[in-house]
Amino acid sequence: MNIIYMDNNATTKIAPEVLEAMMPYLTDYYGNASSMHSFGGVVGRELNAAREKVAALINAEPGEIIFTSCGTESDSTAIHAAIRSQPEKKHIITTRVEHPAIKNLVEYLGKNGYRVTWVPVDKTGVLDLDYLYGHLSDDTAVVSIMWANNESGVIFPIDDIAETLLARGIVFHSDAVQAVGKIPVDVKKTGLNMLSLSGHKIHAPKGVGALYVKKGTRFSPFMIGGHQERNRRGGTENTASIIGLGRACELAGTHLAEIVTRVRALRDRLENGLLEKVPNALLNGKKDARLPNTTNISFEYIEGEAILLMMDQLGICASSGSACTSGSLEPSHVLRAMGVPFTAAHGSVRFSLSTYNTEKEVNFVVENLPPIIERLRNMSPFWKEGACKVQ
Amino acid sequence: MWEYTDKVKDHFLNPRNVGAVDDPDGVGEVGSMACGDALKLTFKLDENKRIKEAKFQTFGCASAIASSSALTEMLIGKTLEEAEKITNDDIADYLGGLPKEKMHCSVLGRDALEKAIYCYRGEGEKEIDGNIVCECFGVTDKEIERTVAENRLTTIEEVTHYIKAGGGCEKCHEDIQKILDAFNNKTPEAAPAKKELTNIQKIRLIEETLDREIKPALQKDGGNIELIDVDGSRVLVKLIGTCATCKASQLTLKNYVEIRLQEMVSTDLVVEEVK
Repeated sequence: MNIIYMDNNATTKIAPEVLEAMMPYLTDYYGNASSMHSFGGVVGRELNAAREKVAALINAEPGEIIFTSCGTESDSTAIHAAIRSQPEKKHIITTRVEHPAIKNLVEYLGKNGYRVTWVPVDKTGVLDLDYLYGHLSDDTAVVSIMWANNESGVIFPIDDIAETLLARGIVFHSDAVQAVGKIPVDVKKTGLNMLSLSGHKIHAPKGVGALYVKKGTRFSPFMIGGHQERNRRGGTENTASIIGLGRACELAGTHLAEIVTRVRALRDRLENGLLEKVPNALLNGKKDARLPNTTNISFEYIEGEAILLMMDQLGICASSGSACTSGSLEPSHVLRAMGVPFTAAHGSVRFSLSTYNTEKEVNFVVENLPPIIERLRNMSPFWKEGACKVQ
Repeated sequence: MWEYTDKVKDHFLNPRNVGAVDDPDGVGEVGSMACGDALKLTFKLDENKRIKEAKFQTFGCASAIASSSALTEMLIGKTLEEAEKITNDDIADYLGGLPKEKMHCSVLGRDALEKAIYCYRGEGEKEIDGNIVCECFGVTDKEIERTVAENRLTTIEEVTHYIKAGGGCEKCHEDIQKILDAFNNKTPEAAPAKKELTNIQKIRLIEETLDREIKPALQKDGGNIELIDVDGSRVLVKLIGTCATCKASQLTLKNYVEIRLQEMVSTDLVVEEVK
């Protein structure tokens, strides 16, 4: 069976070019970049080249890039650096729709001496900026706001927020794991202090990420150990993956134009096709403020897991904002924050495309998903003859 | 990805008896959209009072649909007396087992069946039996007791997996624990016994706890603590070394020393610093 992979916000395929760039460093060139001998030195030079490529994608200086093991480590490093270097400040601001990497970390800090402000979003997933600006204080140690939301795809106005925060001298971090490689990200133009990115969301392998730290930002390491990454992150470098990340960033730069044109057109075709063919289907997220690859659609009166498993039978991979487990019966915190009603939240499906998707695949989904929805609705006690029976 | 048995997958992908029986003898509706799953079960009896036809309509995940489908298959041919004996475990067994987080799907089936039989016997809506313990999902103490007994549950997590109780705001966890303790013949924590400590015993226990756990921990950071006096429930202590000058010393006293002493000695203790 052919796999139609439309779950690229969860993870991506390793690009063949990336794997090719990595292979020598998994086989022949196994030296340690810190070694004195030239066998290790070769690897060290390649790490620096990778650092330049990562920096180039987001318009940073190579010296502002710290390699980490993943997006979560980048996020944790950023938040800890901000609070440790300003121990007198006890207030953190973030949003109600962050990825667990920030959400759970900030919740933990909230139980350990920090005051937390959670900025809400409206029903289209757009951030309440007045609320954010109204809660800034001299006690605010850090503001952390994702660049784009992984579930709804909604992009937050990071440039505007950075301008306000910089003027007040408040440290600003953004989890840009979903944005980098999908939309232009320019740290010089934005001026924020720290930014997280992850390899496996942009066709590099899992287990590698990076943190941008603007020159002049007060920093304190999270992983304490050796002198690697100029004493900012201990631990022998994951050389092959870092080199892979460098190549992936290079590719992401060249593919950006294709994502904002061809991939966006595919996404629109998929979205419009499904919304037209399926009654009681609703779009989650502000239509014109989203990542070009993401669409999140709620199919009312049915449950997400059932939709996913029926699609799975056809080789279609997507994800749902409703986790039907006893422990978390509620829809995802993102859909709840957006106030999506229960009738719709349980049946939400997110499709996230990449440059590897084709029009043929999109057509296949548009053709085969509506009968699945109909089948499940015919089983549902809340659905009768094309209309809602019970609210 | 859930690990479903082939039988669950089969009943999900090829569900039996979907729909509603015409002119049914019994109807049972349970769950709601907000809960995340709902089931409407209908059945019809033949002249020998055996279930001739049983159909379901389900809103829910794959295992909810499979459990409903399995239930209808199990019901057909049975008398109501036989049908009544079906437990949620029987439904799960019929499917070759369900992941533990999905056991509530089988309970949904049992509840719908019970309601449908009540409905047939003209007993109308079954009255709420017992007192609501979990307000989020409207689960009563009687329902929890029954599920705990039938499935020999021992933890709150298991109770949540089976009937959702405790899966929302978690406020009812204490009450669920009491039900579990009662069933598993456990006496509640011996907290009252601790309260009956004599003053001498109390002071000794505080000293022991300080020496064994708290002092070594503070010494690691170059600090220390000295017990000055115990006045009823007030524990008066003096901080020494780095602790005495540490800005976070109040945090240490309240969040560590006091909590630890409350756990080990008596829940009413209050730790105060004497300069």
